Amino acid sequence: MESTHKSNMATPVLTETIDLAAKFPGRVTPDARPGYSGWMVAKEALVEVSTAIRDELGYDLLSNVTGVDYPEQSKLEVVYHVYKTTGGPALTFKTQTERVDPAEVPSLVSVWPGAELQEREAWDMFGIKFTGHPDLRRILMWEGFEGFPMRKDYKEPFHEEDNKPLKSRWPEGKHSYAEARNPYGDNIMFKPGFDPEKWTPTDPEEALYAALKKYKTEEKDGIKTDHIIVNMGPQHPSTHGVFRAVVVLDGETIVSLKPVMGYLHRNHEKIGERNTFLQNVPYTDRLDYFNSMYNAWPYALAVEKLMGLKVPERAEYIRVIMGELSRIQNHLILFGMLWNDLGAYFTPALYAFEERELILDIYEAVAGSRMMCNYQRFGGVVRDIDEANMKKIKDLVFERLPRKIEEFDRLLSENEIFVARMKGIGYLSPEDAVAYSVTGPTLRAAGIPYDIRRADPYGIYDRFEFDIPVRHNSDLLDRYLVRVDEIRQCLRILQQAVKQIPEGPFLAGKPQYQVRVPAGEVYGRVEAPKGELGFYVISTGKGNPYRYHIRTPSFINITSVEKMCVGTKIADFVTILGMVDIVLGELDR
Amino acid sequence: MYGQGLIKGLSVTFSRFFESYTEDIRWLFKRYSKVEFHSSKDTRGTFTIQYPEERLIIPEEFRYVPFLVYDEGENGEKNIRCTSCGICAKACPPQCIWIVRTSDPVTGRPLPQPAEFYIDADICMNCGFCAEYCPFDAIKMDHDFEIASYTRNLLNKERLMKPASYYAGIRPKNNAREEAARAEKAAAKAAKP
Ligand code: SF4
Ligand code: SF4
Repeated sequence: MESTHKSNMATPVLTETIDLAAKFPGRVTPDARPGYSGWMVAKEALVEVSTAIRDELGYDLLSNVTGVDYPEQSKLEVVYHVYKTTGGPALTFKTQTERVDPAEVPSLVSVWPGAELQEREAWDMFGIKFTGHPDLRRILMWEGFEGFPMRKDYKEPFHEEDNKPLKSRWPEGKHSYAEARNPYGDNIMFKPGFDPEKWTPTDPEEALYAALKKYKTEEKDGIKTDHIIVNMGPQHPSTHGVFRAVVVLDGETIVSLKPVMGYLHRNHEKIGERNTFLQNVPYTDRLDYFNSMYNAWPYALAVEKLMGLKVPERAEYIRVIMGELSRIQNHLILFGMLWNDLGAYFTPALYAFEERELILDIYEAVAGSRMMCNYQRFGGVVRDIDEANMKKIKDLVFERLPRKIEEFDRLLSENEIFVARMKGIGYLSPEDAVAYSVTGPTLRAAGIPYDIRRADPYGIYDRFEFDIPVRHNSDLLDRYLVRVDEIRQCLRILQQAVKQIPEGPFLAGKPQYQVRVPAGEVYGRVEAPKGELGFYVISTGKGNPYRYHIRTPSFINITSVEKMCVGTKIADFVTILGMVDIVLGELDR
Repeated sequence: MYGQGLIKGLSVTFSRFFESYTEDIRWLFKRYSKVEFHSSKDTRGTFTIQYPEERLIIPEEFRYVPFLVYDEGENGEKNIRCTSCGICAKACPPQCIWIVRTSDPVTGRPLPQPAEFYIDADICMNCGFCAEYCPFDAIKMDHDFEIASYTRNLLNKERLMKPASYYAGIRPKNNAREEAARAEKAAAKAAKP
């Protein structure tokens, strides 16, 4: 069933240079700061320019929106990275606003609806007010939270120093527990002047419920009907973590839905800006904890680009091998958990886990840990794959996995109950998928052959022969089948990689715990198993990143969930959400 | 025919079910454990093992909360390798290493030995950076992962110290490689006038 559903998308060669400054004189200027690139758009002209970028220049996919704080220049900046779904490099543009509250920037939700959650995040973290945004509320922090955590002058509880390494650790490192240093003796901090005795709580959820479609009471056949609100989660077995969805129901049909998140939020980005460059590598393992092998790759790519490091051949191959194994086990878990959601408890999930175990055994033997691999370094990987483990990989790739994937296919793909629950459910039109910045298998199941491994190749993916599986119905069944096909393609890549891998060094230069990263900005992105994973890093030449932002596929793919769910039954929401393939470590960061 | 896909799927489940018994019977008469077989490509049957009676094989590179290596002297004294250079404390991502450097009481110059050494194992993320970047092979990642306790795990120098022979036991390949490198260095030093 595979052969008819693929597309041999060629990597586009882009030679055109775009001169936005000439097109919009006075409103767009090149970003001339050293190490920076892209265009600076006057905020008054932002909507006009971005509409032209989308419609005339064809950059239809908004990949990344984030804020940057420049207290010295008293500016807040918003950075946009847009791509073409036909492939090619990014177009970066930025806009700046004065750093006084309210700092206002026009919202781009009307141009790219995929900006919705990302703009809410920038509002939440930086206090940038997006005028015209349909539902600008806090997203990762709770309503009523004081301050904007990603601003440079925000200090969290237990703040000791701006940057690591902390001076109190050496040479006079007397251990003390953090809570002992807190005036309240507990892990909380109040804003100055706050008196718990005098505080009257307001309902923090009011704005959330107001954002939903309104209740309406009607008479149907002489009976009064009403819409009801259901809170699914945060503690709900089907959301695979602490994710919450507020759903308005008409009978069993979904009328409106809002995702609520942030329960696992720990402000990874703030921690990242305090860390040294290298210290961020193990932290990325905690993003999408199923794919820790893949997570640090775009970060390494970004920093290597700034440093101008060339990764040795063998390391490139090792990255591909580990990364593709990771993709296989990610999809396998998804299938297993999907069946859990559909009511087939744990039999398929445990079958999937068996293969995953074997892959994790290899990770453990090579990287030292099953899930928190901490394997990538700038300029390569930390350890070579030795003979014994290479043999294990070969055994898996040539013998066991192809056999087991077919078995899995036999177990699930044609099951009538399964098909009935999946076929035609959760439709998302290809236009909507692109507009909502959906990436990964969900986009490819909508008939758009967009895979960064081909569209904008990184590493050595341009050397391998593989297809980008595509399906056209854009329902749950197709999203499942695309992933099955994708596993087969992963095996193809792996088989070529283990045959071709050369001997040689696996790390460029000497291992260093303090790297020198020249000043500049960079955006590194890869096709992670769940979609596009990107790291936006700004270095000022110091030991720590000035800005460290992560564009995670789970977070941005959630934007389209309401679109997929409206009109379906509440029971299908569970499957639709499962198929978006979210993982909370990455969603909440 | 409707239901064909269902039957196809169930046949997979059934053969797995059947296999779990035949495999158990097969291993009943073998004296060695089937743990090794578990991580091989041919593994089949029940996949779970009976911890703690059965244990998975821990690969050499497996890493857990670090320990400090000491060399045993001739009279049983413990020569700690750490020179309190502070590199591990600087590299540690969650900053859970605290070191107090010893200084000479007379001159005030630093001595190559830590006076105190703490690792807050509750904060440690087992990343292995300390072991990776220590220039003296003095801090290494452990294999002992059963550290559940009723109190917090603040490990001091006493609790962190483990003999070099223990290290050689859990990481034979790494140890051999490091010993060779050290011997080479010593030889190069001796060759210099
Ligand atoms: S353990 Fe190693 S890195 Fe840490 S202070 Fe001692 S010698 Fe330096
Ligand atoms: S393993 Fe990592 S987190 Fe733990 S002490 Fe060493 S450097 Fe710190």
